[in-house]
Amino acid sequence: MTRVSLLVRLVLVLRKIGHRFVDRLWRLGAGARLFWLTLVSSGESFKRPWLVIREVYFTGVLSLIIILVSAFFVGMVLGLQGYNTLQRYGSSEAIGVLVALALVRELGPVVTALLFAGRAGTAITAEIGLMKATEQLSAMEMMAVSPVARVIAPRFWAGVISMPILAVLFSMVGILGGYMVAVPLIGVDAGAFWSQMQANVDWRDDIVNGVIKSVVFGVACTIIALFEGYDAPPTAEGVSRATTRTVVTSSLAVLGLDFVLTSFMITV
Amino acid sequence: MERTTIDLWVGIFVALGVAALLGLAMKVGNLTTSDIGETYTVTANFENIGGLKSRAPVKSAGVVVGRVGGIKFDPASFEAVVSLNIDRRYQFPHDTFANIYTAGLLGEQYIALEPGGDETNLKNGDKIAQTQDAVVLEKMISQFLYNKASETKEAAPAPTKSKAAESTETGDDALGSNPLDKLTAPAK
Repeated sequence: MTRVSLLVRLVLVLRKIGHRFVDRLWRLGAGARLFWLTLVSSGESFKRPWLVIREVYFTGVLSLIIILVSAFFVGMVLGLQGYNTLQRYGSSEAIGVLVALALVRELGPVVTALLFAGRAGTAITAEIGLMKATEQLSAMEMMAVSPVARVIAPRFWAGVISMPILAVLFSMVGILGGYMVAVPLIGVDAGAFWSQMQANVDWRDDIVNGVIKSVVFGVACTIIALFEGYDAPPTAEGVSRATTRTVVTSSLAVLGLDFVLTSFMITV
Repeated sequence: MERTTIDLWVGIFVALGVAALLGLAMKVGNLTTSDIGETYTVTANFENIGGLKSRAPVKSAGVVVGRVGGIKFDPASFEAVVSLNIDRRYQFPHDTFANIYTAGLLGEQYIALEPGGDETNLKNGDKIAQTQDAVVLEKMISQFLYNKASETKEAAPAPTKSKAAESTETGDDALGSNPLDKLTAPAK
């Protein structure tokens, strides 16, 4: 009796795992299909750039404030913490290198992508989910207007354009924040701060690699947000769940992709 | 919102992004210092380059005059062949000395050129004949320890037979030419 119930429970657990796995796999495939469809039908976004510009305003310009403020604070904290450790080894002038490399290589792209997922990704998901719930997308299809070309693709390209710009701004403002803490507040020499930074930050290996990372994150975050919205059940609950999933999936995707990209970029 | 306002904001946004990228390139990165204009290439062979890397600076009198272009291993002579890209504005005599030094105690390694007195200058594709290898810290430490050890051995009273023989020989010598005798002799 107990053995049978144990077996049944085991089967149930296995079935649940299998169902989840298949579901994830299905979503991955559907997301990839949407990505492909977006790329194929993005001709209209280039023919009518106004569609993209409008979305750049909503995803990029409106995210500026949160990105810049957090960048400044991240830079200041890096400056303080870095100084605290570096001065133990008598190399507090290297604070500029530490702040710049940390921001340009990692924190700039990654933190921007995480904030972008929270600020712009959720907005995209909720907007498209609601469009679907209120049957605007179906109405478009009825009028022989492809919703992928008219709604999805402009938002995709806007995200891909906005993310590197935001990441570069994040790095720059973060370095200014680090400068504000290190030079006027702590009293590190300004010349040493900039010259050590310039001597050790490489254009190709550090800055360009950071921009490449942010472009990849832009593609990932935007397509995840778009897919979750497009795939959301057309109910209030469905949209709210899709919004949550956007943040969770984007964040995990960004962190995972970051490791993969870094391991490719850092050749030991 | 008005279309023109959105256009303006997006324009500002993109311009800010481009400005930040330029700022990163010029103020943070080494894009400005890396282009040293027209260069000519000379090579130098080293038995040991230590931690020298390509793109390391080539300095003369402390001023950066070029960069390390590439580092290869020569399987025939078992030496490292380092090619140096030197700015065309700076000419060096043919008997220039190339040393590998370290900036600071644990800093990056660079090549220092010490010009000789030759009339002819180095040309593109020439080879610097006189080189000095990088100082390897472990080698230096082991040499130091070895020297210390032998010093203490000499100070100690003859621990081995051969050492004892040596010391007696040198002892005779020392007796024959005792500096104290010499000092006191003329005074008499």
